[in-house]
Amino acid sequence: MLSIYCPYCNEMRDEEEFSYSGEAHIKRPEKPLELTDEQWGQYLFFRKNPSTLHAEMWNHSSGCRQYFNVVRDMQSYKITETYPIAQFPESLDISE
Amino acid sequence: MRRLNTNIINAVNSHENSITVNFKFNGKIYKGHKGESLASALIANDIAIVGRSFKFSRPRGIVGHWSEEPNAIVQVGSGAGTVPNLKATQVELYEGLEAKSVNGWPNVNFDLMSISGFFERLMPAGFYYKTFMYPRKFWKTYEKYIRKAAGLGKVPSEPDPDFYEKLNHHCDILVVGAGPSGMLAALQAGRAGARVIIADDQSEIGGSLLYSNSKIKKMSGYAWAKSIENEIRSFKNITVISRCTVFGYYDHNFLTMIERCTDHQSLTSDLGPRQRLHRVRAQSVILATGAFERPLVFANNDLPRIMLASSVSAYINRYAVTPGEKLVVCTNNDNAYKTAFDWKSLINDHVTIIDTRRAVQSEVIERAKAMRIKIIHGHGVIEARGRTRVKSVLVAPLCMSGKEIIGEATEIYCDVVATSGGWSAAVHLSSQTGVKPVWDNEILSFRPGQAVQSQKSVGACNGSFELKECIEDGISVGASEAKRLGFESGKPKQKIDLPETKDEHPTQEVFCLPHFKPLSRAPKQFVDQQLDVTAGSIELAAREGFESVEHVKRYTALGFGTDQGKLSNVNGMAILANALGKSIAETGTTMFRPAYTPTTFGAIAGREVKKLFDPKRYTPMHDWHLENTVEFENVGQWKRPWYFPKSGETMEQSVRRECVAVRNSLGILDASTLGKIDVQGKDAKEFLNRVYTNNFDTLNPGKCRYGLMLKEDGMIFDDGVCACISKDHYLIHTTTGGAANVLAWLELWKQTEWPDLDVFLTSVTDAWATATISGPNSRKLIQKVCSDIDFNNDNFKHMEWKQGLIAGIEARIFRVSFTGELSFEINVPSNFGLYIWNKLIETGAEFDITPYGTESMHILRAEKGFIIVGQDTDGSMSPMDMGMDWIVKSKKDYSFLGERSLIRADIVREDRKQFVGLRTLNDKQVLPEGSQIVRSKKQTIPIQMEGHVTSSYFSACLGHPIALAMIKNGHQRMGEIVYSPQSDGSVIELRIVNPVFYDPKGERQYV
Repeated sequence: MLSIYCPYCNEMRDEEEFSYSGEAHIKRPEKPLELTDEQWGQYLFFRKNPSTLHAEMWNHSSGCRQYFNVVRDMQSYKITETYPIAQFPESLDISE
Repeated sequence: MRRLNTNIINAVNSHENSITVNFKFNGKIYKGHKGESLASALIANDIAIVGRSFKFSRPRGIVGHWSEEPNAIVQVGSGAGTVPNLKATQVELYEGLEAKSVNGWPNVNFDLMSISGFFERLMPAGFYYKTFMYPRKFWKTYEKYIRKAAGLGKVPSEPDPDFYEKLNHHCDILVVGAGPSGMLAALQAGRAGARVIIADDQSEIGGSLLYSNSKIKKMSGYAWAKSIENEIRSFKNITVISRCTVFGYYDHNFLTMIERCTDHQSLTSDLGPRQRLHRVRAQSVILATGAFERPLVFANNDLPRIMLASSVSAYINRYAVTPGEKLVVCTNNDNAYKTAFDWKSLINDHVTIIDTRRAVQSEVIERAKAMRIKIIHGHGVIEARGRTRVKSVLVAPLCMSGKEIIGEATEIYCDVVATSGGWSAAVHLSSQTGVKPVWDNEILSFRPGQAVQSQKSVGACNGSFELKECIEDGISVGASEAKRLGFESGKPKQKIDLPETKDEHPTQEVFCLPHFKPLSRAPKQFVDQQLDVTAGSIELAAREGFESVEHVKRYTALGFGTDQGKLSNVNGMAILANALGKSIAETGTTMFRPAYTPTTFGAIAGREVKKLFDPKRYTPMHDWHLENTVEFENVGQWKRPWYFPKSGETMEQSVRRECVAVRNSLGILDASTLGKIDVQGKDAKEFLNRVYTNNFDTLNPGKCRYGLMLKEDGMIFDDGVCACISKDHYLIHTTTGGAANVLAWLELWKQTEWPDLDVFLTSVTDAWATATISGPNSRKLIQKVCSDIDFNNDNFKHMEWKQGLIAGIEARIFRVSFTGELSFEINVPSNFGLYIWNKLIETGAEFDITPYGTESMHILRAEKGFIIVGQDTDGSMSPMDMGMDWIVKSKKDYSFLGERSLIRADIVREDRKQFVGLRTLNDKQVLPEGSQIVRSKKQTIPIQMEGHVTSSYFSACLGHPIALAMIKNGHQRMGEIVYSPQSDGSVIELRIVNPVFYDPKGERQYV
């Protein structure tokens, strides 16, 4: 069971208080109606599946109900950082 | 009796403190000593056969003395509290204990299934895979018999009478195992001031020192261990938990352990919780789980009284019992010589050591010579003989490598064989964290790989098999881990007495001894005794092309037993490596998963059983429902009234009466469970525009609007009525089951994509009680209880809401309808819910007000073709599929959630399943929900599926059955006849119709 630092509660809490919410830093296109099916499909369905560090969104669902971001190693499950929405990670370059 | 007359200091049952108890084994009563293991008591009573083997039904005896035991598996107790699959070596004796062997029919001493080993020839590796493949349809017949033969023990058929509990811990350092290294690690960390938990699965801490007669300085190892234990227990920051097995090691240093609280006292449950699950989060974990001795593999090595050398020592030193009179020690290492010493000094002179190594120099060998123990070097035991227990062994000279026989065999008579093929580190827990063990050819054992968590392995589980090394390892790692976490002892270091280093000769790389015949023809050489896996079957698997150790494991079942292959794994890998012509390092090992030893489900459940398994949610009107003989339906965690039968009524009669009452006069529904989310803020309207498909710009205070929410993929997610309370304040209703998900979904968008919007979301589901009155007389009723609102149709229109006093209580009244009749939803603060309900029932009596439940609600809405999200939709339906194009309105500024997906090629294709009504041609037939629809009566396989039935009821108001369904291109197929084949072979004929069956113009709600 993971131990996750909630950047809003400022505490380490057990995984059972949180729920997973998919890949982080996916921006909704500003003008969806102007996109092709393929472009919209990219946003809608395609997700990274790295074997190393991965930025993902978690929700402190049984706590403060806030969403936040987590960078986690997909092999060792080690969490390198957690940070609020609208901030960027230090341990991972998400520009690609 | 096989009890020793000596007073051994370690012995749990030394003569001074032994209490004699009676116990039953396989129906017979025996005497034993309280607190000794059942295995020890069986040996004391000279019982050799304790079970029959799993596949071949061969007689089996005790091999080990703790959790490594593969054979002595017993069922303890009877009735509800009976426990299957316990190892006799771990069961502590108490007065009245009852135990049975789990295998063997009709009894272990005479087993019908083993007649002359007939079955053995018929059951090669992969037997089940090979034999029960064809014909396929016979599998169900096979399975019945295989299941009966498989499995160990019987599950009790009654509920568990015991209770269990859970404890959460946080600590700086968790030490797993209280042998010499674990004790010292805990002590050093504790001395430095760290909060330490040390858990050990035995009744007493001390590990190997409990079982050996080693000396440390001038003290016995046992006395030394007691002195260390005393110091450990003097520290308040060290928690010692005995009889506690750490069975799972998970992410981020989270470990689970089971403490057996009363299992050793009796089977009755009045002594407190039977077991306790400890959930530990540790900053650092020190694994000191020790090592298991490996047996040597030779022909007929499964005969009773062929035991591990260390276990023979354990029974002598710890339990003061002897398994026999004449010992042969069969070894490839120095360690097993200690067993010969124990035997010689405490039992008798009848001991012979067979050492596979040529004459070598080492301290123990010198000592053996000095004690005049007979040693035969360069020989191995190649076969054991005997029927129900070992009577003799064949000993043959071996070549240098130990792989070939180079001369005649001689027979040596004996009644106990102590076998030792070296030691295997217990790498299970470190492996559970995803770390692959690494083979070390120096010590002939796997070692833990590089840890991914804050974790250290010390002592024997890290490959240090020598006592002095173990202690030193524990001391240094305990101190260094404490220091790493910021703890350092101010006090000068106390001295700890250490044993002397012994000059040992290395273990020879021998796992499986040769025989005159090839593996496949020699008498069986058992690798995994619990699952009857032989060296021959592993070799056969290799011959048949299995190369991966993971595949061989599954094909042969090697290490699949409840012992997780503690004794068999390394031998199996070695035999496989040899057969493949590879090294063990190249062959590798399988990984270990939790649980380390079998774990009671009860302990994992803890107190979260029965009533506490899942919370139940009750509406404020629940008490009234209870008094009025309602049947409840579970909707999520809610208990909702399902229907209200009057005395003698069936469900069908009750539901028909309720439906007719609503259509003709007046019904009342407890709708309190409906999800309610309060939306406030100056951007609330903009927020709603983004999450609903329809336009909320025109929704003014006092108005309500039905809205549909989509996921980004364009599929219907939830629906409900939204009311505008004021310019910046809305109340949205969700489905009962979807309330929590909808809130999380809205929060997701608010927090991540639109943090700039000024909007606040609050769940108010529990704050309001809702009574819905529905039917032509509902206005008359509400006028009687509310005087400050004008209910005239022109002043209070459909889809409006007003605030007023109902029976003196401030209420919100929504004129919305889910039945198609004139309806009012009356919302009052929860605490007034029951009062208002009673008031409405009382006042409504003159209109024969009829309470109705969810079943009638479903029928009434189906008559109107109103959908229920989650029943008529399943997450793959767009608004157009449901014929709800009217609710999708493009809004200029912001493209609402899911809008873009509605024009994806897949969503606009014509043959999508669409929402329609169905009428059975035979008016008596109600379609089963979930029925499949096909195009014609005589379809050839593969049948083309046209759709499926989502809702189906008998409509009392219409006098015929109605159904709602999703059918391919259904909107264009009105009037077409389709068919629904049923499981009984019949085919129901149907006509596709408009889904609005009742009041198709929708006039009744506007009256």
